[in-house]
Amino acid sequence: MRRFAAGLLLAAATACARGGERGEAVRLWAFGREGEVVRELVPELEKRHPGLRVEVQQIPWTAAHEKLLTAYVGRELPDVAQMGNTWIPEMTALDAIEPLDARVAASAAVQPGDYFPGIWETNVLDGTLYGVPWYVDTRLVFYRTDLLAAAGVRDFPKSWSAWRAAMEAVARRGGPGRFGLLLPTNEWAQPVALAVAAGAELLSDGARHGAFRAPEFRRAAEFFVGLYRDGLAPPLANTQVANLYQQMAAGDFAMYVTGPWNLGEFRRRLPASLQGSWTTAPLPAPDGMPWPGVSLAGGSSLVVFRSSSRKDDAWKVVEFLSEPATQKRFWQLCGDLPARRSAWDEPALATDARTAPFRLQLEHVRATPKVPEWEQIAAKVWERLEPVARGTRDLDAVLTALDADVDAILAKRRWLLERKAAEGKP
Amino acid sequence: MRRLSSWRAREARAGLLLVAPGLLLLALFLALPVVAALLLSLTDFDLYAIGDPSAARAVGLGNYARLLHDPVFWKALGNTFFFVVFGGPLTVSLSLGAALLLNHRLVRFPGLFRTIYFAPVVTTLVAVAAVWRYLYHPRFGLLNAALGFFGIGPVDWLGDPHWAMPAIVLMAAWKNFGANMIIFVAGLKAIPESLYEAARIDGAGPIQRFRKITVPLLAPTFLFVGLTTTIGYFQLFAEPYVLSGGEGGPMNATLSVALFMYKQGFRWWSIGSAASIAFVLFAVILAATLLQRRLQKGGEA
Repeated sequence: MRRFAAGLLLAAATACARGGERGEAVRLWAFGREGEVVRELVPELEKRHPGLRVEVQQIPWTAAHEKLLTAYVGRELPDVAQMGNTWIPEMTALDAIEPLDARVAASAAVQPGDYFPGIWETNVLDGTLYGVPWYVDTRLVFYRTDLLAAAGVRDFPKSWSAWRAAMEAVARRGGPGRFGLLLPTNEWAQPVALAVAAGAELLSDGARHGAFRAPEFRRAAEFFVGLYRDGLAPPLANTQVANLYQQMAAGDFAMYVTGPWNLGEFRRRLPASLQGSWTTAPLPAPDGMPWPGVSLAGGSSLVVFRSSSRKDDAWKVVEFLSEPATQKRFWQLCGDLPARRSAWDEPALATDARTAPFRLQLEHVRATPKVPEWEQIAAKVWERLEPVARGTRDLDAVLTALDADVDAILAKRRWLLERKAAEGKP
Repeated sequence: MRRLSSWRAREARAGLLLVAPGLLLLALFLALPVVAALLLSLTDFDLYAIGDPSAARAVGLGNYARLLHDPVFWKALGNTFFFVVFGGPLTVSLSLGAALLLNHRLVRFPGLFRTIYFAPVVTTLVAVAAVWRYLYHPRFGLLNAALGFFGIGPVDWLGDPHWAMPAIVLMAAWKNFGANMIIFVAGLKAIPESLYEAARIDGAGPIQRFRKITVPLLAPTFLFVGLTTTIGYFQLFAEPYVLSGGEGGPMNATLSVALFMYKQGFRWWSIGSAASIAFVLFAVILAATLLQRRLQKGGEA
């Protein structure tokens, strides 16, 4: 979720000379490693459009969210930026980003049909398109093939019950201190992914209220909490795992639900002797539902800001970065998975047994609720579930409390919607 | 008489003129933001209001009322008090102990030790936290290995909600005692050696010399160090922020009031609510400072 890799390389972001110079540059904000890598793509773009100058400003991931909002307040937003797709609803609430429907309709480079539908959907709010997916991200299972095979699990499980059985087998064989699955208690993505797979809506009534007592969410929460209760997953926060890769290598955890950035990390950080003994698999589905289980639609999009005075040039940047050839190049440079299906015909991507499950999983992803409050709600989800995972609270009481929390968080949204409705029919 | 009073008035005017730039700066950079924040704390200013100011509603004391009913706030306040009550005295006594040791005639290379003890103060907290996370690791950590040597079972320092705050107290005390130590050393150096010599001649033992000379003469330093440490520790933020990845977990066990405020303001952009937390924290610190001053003044008299 958070990549600190380039986090410490502070970009001299805001203070840079703005405009004024000859041949005004289009300002592009990109975060962390992406910001580093996108610089290498710029020369080709500038070669193709003589007169277009692009100035890339790299911002650490840890500061990105705050920076965007403070830049909005200070009227210092760039022309075009990378945007985590869960941040788009916030930026739309501020009316900071430009609708892109007309530009996409007129574009030869951006073909909506070539994108993963679940990912594309995260950029559409109330029928309007606000961003173009740049690279994609979803959660699935990373696992140690040797440990599962030793426990007698030959094919990776496809249903929740088979998944549990596999964890039990691994734990039984490994003995105390060895677990089937690592499922950090302070991350929301895993329980929410399970809930989405079980068909939970999460919010109800046009995202006016929480829907965490719904049977679908309850089913997923029950499964999630059961993994801790029955000792299949350790009740650890990710801050308690000092070195995940060491512990994966030691066999403390056989499986881990995580995202594509760990493809590179596993390759780099697991010892050479284990490089043949790990792979990935799509999420198992709840029993009785089609495999693979639905996961979360993540990743980053490219957006054009309303405040920009060079929107046409900004759009050229978006188009260039969206071309399948550029997407392939970008993947080669940093390993971020391409948003366009046609970029996945790249042989190295198409044949790699570890990326192929991502390709399949990405066809089965769903967006989290597209409201600005979502991250706050998501934090409540793990905050509330953590005591249940640690065995100190009862699930039903917690789900009721969670709905109350979420209703309180959404109170302002309800008021705004009512106000808007009242203005609509005076 | 009249001439004198007019001279006085002129002097007063000149004085006012002289302090005016300072007052102006204070008004501009302190009073104004404080008043703005106070007004903000009476509204529900949030993300929506950043985009459209008409979405901000005056809520009176609503933010404060909600805070008093928020169990997370009480948890944060409790954690902060725990940190102040245990961390403050621990840090101050560590500093005093180290200062007394360094000030002792028999200690060789006091400059070297002073530098070593002071090093944590100037080390980046993020780096310190990374190292301490290893020290605290339940299985590979040095601390648990040491405890295991004495037959004490492994403690999940950062994971167990009961131990997470003590773990932060420990790290903060280690990180911060050097700064106070320097102040204590300066205080000790200011005590004339002749007093000790006179006491020794009169037959006072080391404990008596400490109680009758060091303690009373160090009292002003003690008051200063105690106050600044208390105020600083009420604003506990960075230590739990880096050790818990910005969340204040596990189960809010390390959530301090300042971290709670930061999350409200800059994670969730509930700026009105964050401003109200700031004022509550201010009131708490003010009360604690007054109380401490009274206690220490009382102790002196």
